[in-house]
Amino acid sequence: MNVSNSIGIVSAKRAQFDTPLVFRSGAVLPRYELVYETYGKLNADKSNAILICHALSGHHHVAGHYAGEPGNLGWWDNMVGPGKPINTDKFFVIGLNNLGGCNGSTGPSSIDPETGQPYGANFPVITVEDWVASQARLADLLGIRRFAAVVGGSLGGMQALQWSLALPERVRHVLAIATAPHLTAQNIAFNDVARSAILGDPDFHGGDFYRHNVVPTRGLRLARMLGHITYLSDDVMADKFGRELRDGKFNYSYGIEFEIESYLRYQGDKFAAYFDANTYLLMTKALDYFDPAHEFGGDLNKAFAAARADFLVISFTTDWRFSPQRAREIVRPLLHNRRNVSYAEIASTHGHDSFLMEHPHYFDVVRAYLDNVAKESAK
Amino acid sequence: MTRDDIARLAAERPDFAAIAAWIPKGASVLDLGCGDGSLLRYLNETSAAKGYGVEINDLDIVSCIVNGVNVIQNDLDSGLSDFEDNAFDFVILSQTLQATRHTEALIREMLRVGHEGIVSFPNFGYWKNRLRVLLGNMPVSRELPYQWYDTPNVHLCTLHDFEMFCDRYRVAILERRVMTGEREVSLLPNLLGSTAVYRFQRGI
Repeated sequence: MNVSNSIGIVSAKRAQFDTPLVFRSGAVLPRYELVYETYGKLNADKSNAILICHALSGHHHVAGHYAGEPGNLGWWDNMVGPGKPINTDKFFVIGLNNLGGCNGSTGPSSIDPETGQPYGANFPVITVEDWVASQARLADLLGIRRFAAVVGGSLGGMQALQWSLALPERVRHVLAIATAPHLTAQNIAFNDVARSAILGDPDFHGGDFYRHNVVPTRGLRLARMLGHITYLSDDVMADKFGRELRDGKFNYSYGIEFEIESYLRYQGDKFAAYFDANTYLLMTKALDYFDPAHEFGGDLNKAFAAARADFLVISFTTDWRFSPQRAREIVRPLLHNRRNVSYAEIASTHGHDSFLMEHPHYFDVVRAYLDNVAKESAK
Repeated sequence: MTRDDIARLAAERPDFAAIAAWIPKGASVLDLGCGDGSLLRYLNETSAAKGYGVEINDLDIVSCIVNGVNVIQNDLDSGLSDFEDNAFDFVILSQTLQATRHTEALIREMLRVGHEGIVSFPNFGYWKNRLRVLLGNMPVSRELPYQWYDTPNVHLCTLHDFEMFCDRYRVAILERRVMTGEREVSLLPNLLGSTAVYRFQRGI
């Protein structure tokens, strides 16, 4: 990977919010913290800020690396940095860990000051709408009245869309990548299987596993393995693993024989070692619930009537979890409402994961779009 | 877009000025096969027209975005299902008709999505083209810059062919401009005109 033009050493910041946040569910969180990072310089009129919304397993460490940890690059370091498509020479870029996360922001594994114990099962079920409300408070704190752009892929794309609907005056451009206006039944089904794996793990203890000093590793691992299958394309799996056998022969056993099995288990183990099971549950529920058309009788045209932003919608040809067809479902109501919108369908072999990969044409599209945004915010 | 850019485009693409002359101020347009978005920029400059382009080519998508033109990546031959009935004042097919596969279906889609359609295409009946064929070769010219083996043009036609097509498929032609270069042609247009531009609507 080319790290020569990385943003370099970064550090995380922490913001405390003491005004209660009322969730969509009616639950109230009296106070919370968000951990975030910023890259680049906020200009004098604070018009060059870009918010990066993360996907299911993402966090605030978007670009650069921490002092003494050169290998720990941000998850979108290829996209965000000096001279990169999301250009930190021009923009003030913010990455945050969403509320309910497990990377430093208040979430189920955080200590509830009321009880002195981790929130665990008591952490409220959160929605994309709640996230946008919590992110807006971070924007307030940083003095950002309106974002030049809100950018996100997958679940992050849903947040970017929600910004344009809930706070239309506070976002000038939306970049919605590899996302959809709601999940299909098939997608919810995948999430349900993932949740079932976690909920059924005897070490889950109804979400309060912290006080038993155990982690529902088996459930989390299964959930991740399933997720991973859906993030890759059939082609890329065939290409990367095919029917390769680790020992070069069948062992007629239930051990790891095929390379794909080895890969999936490795990914599952890696993930289960650091990710919080309750956060995983919350993230998948937020995905399932997102549906801006819901309160408009299923009419997405009406839902998007509130939007004032310009949009760039991007999909990837081999992404079957958030297919190009689903991206078009975002484009259509934008056309109906006469929003400025461009749509690019990127030919990529990497399935849903494509949005995280370096791809010349994909990066050219994002760069071209944001270069114009930069000119606009420089005016 | 500067005044020079407009002059340059008008010289390079004589059909642009002909099309612009039909577009009233502030009209909504859909440009099918919009390339790098030049026509949409031109129409925005000359008629304050607003709208979207449809294009399949990756490099053109980037160019449109650079040019600040709304572009939707799609294959015209798969239809215009992203667009609603009567969504635009004009749906334009500029120098693209001859490269479409399902021409009849596309014209029908144009008139579903737009109140009026506009097409421009190279006239295969132009005398220089006829002469080339008469002399034994496929024509290669400014309007038809391809060799027979690498041309995207699968449905070339003459003015007469297009008008017969409109008659057959109940497309009502409203206006026609025929030109050679920037010069308007009125005498024997099917023989002396190299480019044709038509404005049409649904017929009865």
